[in-house]
Amino acid sequence: MGLMDILAIIIPAAIVSAAPLIFTALGGVFSERSGVVNIGLEGLMLFGAFTGAVFTYYGEQWGLGAASPWVSFLFAMAAGALLSLIHAVASISLKADQVVSGVALNFLAAGMAIFLTKKIFDAGQTPVISERISKGDIPFLSEIPLIGKLFFSNAYSTSFVAVFAAFAVWFVLYKTPFGLRLRAVGEHPMAADTMGVNVVKMRYTAVLLSGVFAGLGGAVYAASISGNFTHSTIVGQGFMALAAMIFGKWHPLGALGAALFFGLAQSLSITGQQIPGLQDIPHVYLLILPYVLTILALAGLVGRADAPKAIGQHYEKGKR
Amino acid sequence: MENQKNWMKIAVPVISVILGLLIGAIIMAVSEYDPIKAYGALFQGVFGGSYFLGETVRQMTPLILSGLAVAFAFRTGLFNIGVEGQLLVGWLASVYVGVTVDAPAVIHIPLAILAAGVAGGLWGAVPGFLKARFQVHEVITTIMMNYIALYTTNAIIRAYLLAPGERTEAVAKSASLKSVWLENATDYSTIHYGFIVALIAAAVMWFVLWRTTTGYELRSVGFNQHASQYAGINVSRNIVLSMAISGAFAGIAGSMEGLGTYQYMTINAGFTGVGFDGIAVALLGANSALGVIFGAALFGGLKIGALNMQSIAGVPTEIIGIVIALIIFFVACSYLVHWVVNKVNKGGKI
Repeated sequence: MGLMDILAIIIPAAIVSAAPLIFTALGGVFSERSGVVNIGLEGLMLFGAFTGAVFTYYGEQWGLGAASPWVSFLFAMAAGALLSLIHAVASISLKADQVVSGVALNFLAAGMAIFLTKKIFDAGQTPVISERISKGDIPFLSEIPLIGKLFFSNAYSTSFVAVFAAFAVWFVLYKTPFGLRLRAVGEHPMAADTMGVNVVKMRYTAVLLSGVFAGLGGAVYAASISGNFTHSTIVGQGFMALAAMIFGKWHPLGALGAALFFGLAQSLSITGQQIPGLQDIPHVYLLILPYVLTILALAGLVGRADAPKAIGQHYEKGKR
Repeated sequence: MENQKNWMKIAVPVISVILGLLIGAIIMAVSEYDPIKAYGALFQGVFGGSYFLGETVRQMTPLILSGLAVAFAFRTGLFNIGVEGQLLVGWLASVYVGVTVDAPAVIHIPLAILAAGVAGGLWGAVPGFLKARFQVHEVITTIMMNYIALYTTNAIIRAYLLAPGERTEAVAKSASLKSVWLENATDYSTIHYGFIVALIAAAVMWFVLWRTTTGYELRSVGFNQHASQYAGINVSRNIVLSMAISGAFAGIAGSMEGLGTYQYMTINAGFTGVGFDGIAVALLGANSALGVIFGAALFGGLKIGALNMQSIAGVPTEIIGIVIALIIFFVACSYLVHWVVNKVNKGGKI
């Protein structure tokens, strides 16, 4: 087996696994950059997967055809925003511990999604959808020698939207006044407030955006990878996205790179059996790799990862 | 003022539970289930006979321990979300000792529980060390350690301890917490001696925190690290110690599953949820040993009662997960309750 064949197995699989992680990690970047910890990414992603699976199914019933998953993404983004509003109210307005509120959100999302699945479909899972995100070659780009075959052929379009989204988020956060304000609120809310930035409004916006992105990430997972929603559809991908965000140093492009890398680790743990040299590495090392790396990164052994200064802190006007 | 503080300590959880159940009822009503029938079935499913009581106690047992684990770390100002992972390594350690060691029960059972405590403690000490040495936030490391624990324990079982049915061999009789007379007394429920271990652990936590110098130091670090440092307390050492003790409680919670409820360990596709529920239990119990027992009783009861609720009123058991989530939200938002109470007090000039 030549190197190209090996890469042709690994890279497309990595990009597929990475797309939901990228979206969700970007959501995390928004929230945490504004100073609000979001452990609830897992729950938001889970609810997004549920909404995505349900509305893709209904979309098919309504005769939307291949557009069904894309329509479902809109619903999932709205559902994510709605759910994250609870986190925002609790942790910004009511000054709840942000980590506790995030944990509660995970419970709530899991409970609601399965409760509703049982209520609507009278079964433990949603029906399997037939209109998945289609795989295809990207015009022009797939004809580039070498790279084209690896990166742009036989791939999900959602993956490219994810990569594009990462650059868009980077632009918004680093090149627009809105992004500057959002980051300022996360580093030094009092200074931002003094300069006339509405801290509460910025943080609400950021948390809602994290819901939108995480909801989308979940829905993309449902529409491209799992094909339906069960209690075991989202088990830890949200936390892995959280890890990717941290490993990517709270930076959108860093998160993109980390998510791609974690996607690679995930896909290697699945496809590794086909690849010479990797067959002998026990499966478990690849499974735990993303988490171990994140811990090492935080400990400063693999590049120092520093959180936004005001993360996890409530802002009270006039408090010294 | 002091009186009002004490009163609030009870009022916040009670009000939160009531609000949680109330919103749960509204959700059921909206989803066309009968909330009165459902809660009736829930109540029946907890107090409806000795069988249900036995089941509730069995459900409570690991919850008390995981709640103690979270509460203990909270007292030192640490948030241990890693109970789930520490529980898994403890579960595996207890089962390993239970399967491989040959000893009379008086030695075998304590040895297996000890092994679980040590394994959980070591697993918990790692994030503690990273926090003390590198200032890495324990929330993130404990979450990552959960997944490492999940995949590693699965791999170890698969490689060394595998028995038919994706699980380990059952532990030896001499390591089992099963109790025939307790089962008979509770109409053949799955109750086991573990609850005694859990109650002892609660007493130990109270004693360590409130009656020893170590406990004083741990609580002091929780209140103010800088002041503690200035007073000559070794903050780093206390952080590691707190996480290790917390992890030990979590590990012992795992041994309750390994030696009591299941008698073996399965290859887990996901987490047990006991560790995350421990966060809810600790919050509701205001991080005190007694409060944790009450919190575990409530959530254990809700979970067992939910089964009856599903079979009689047809309501999916997940409604209880929703109610628990809501209760955590309300406890976490106690700011709201305080605010309302303050307003009322000011208005009424009390």
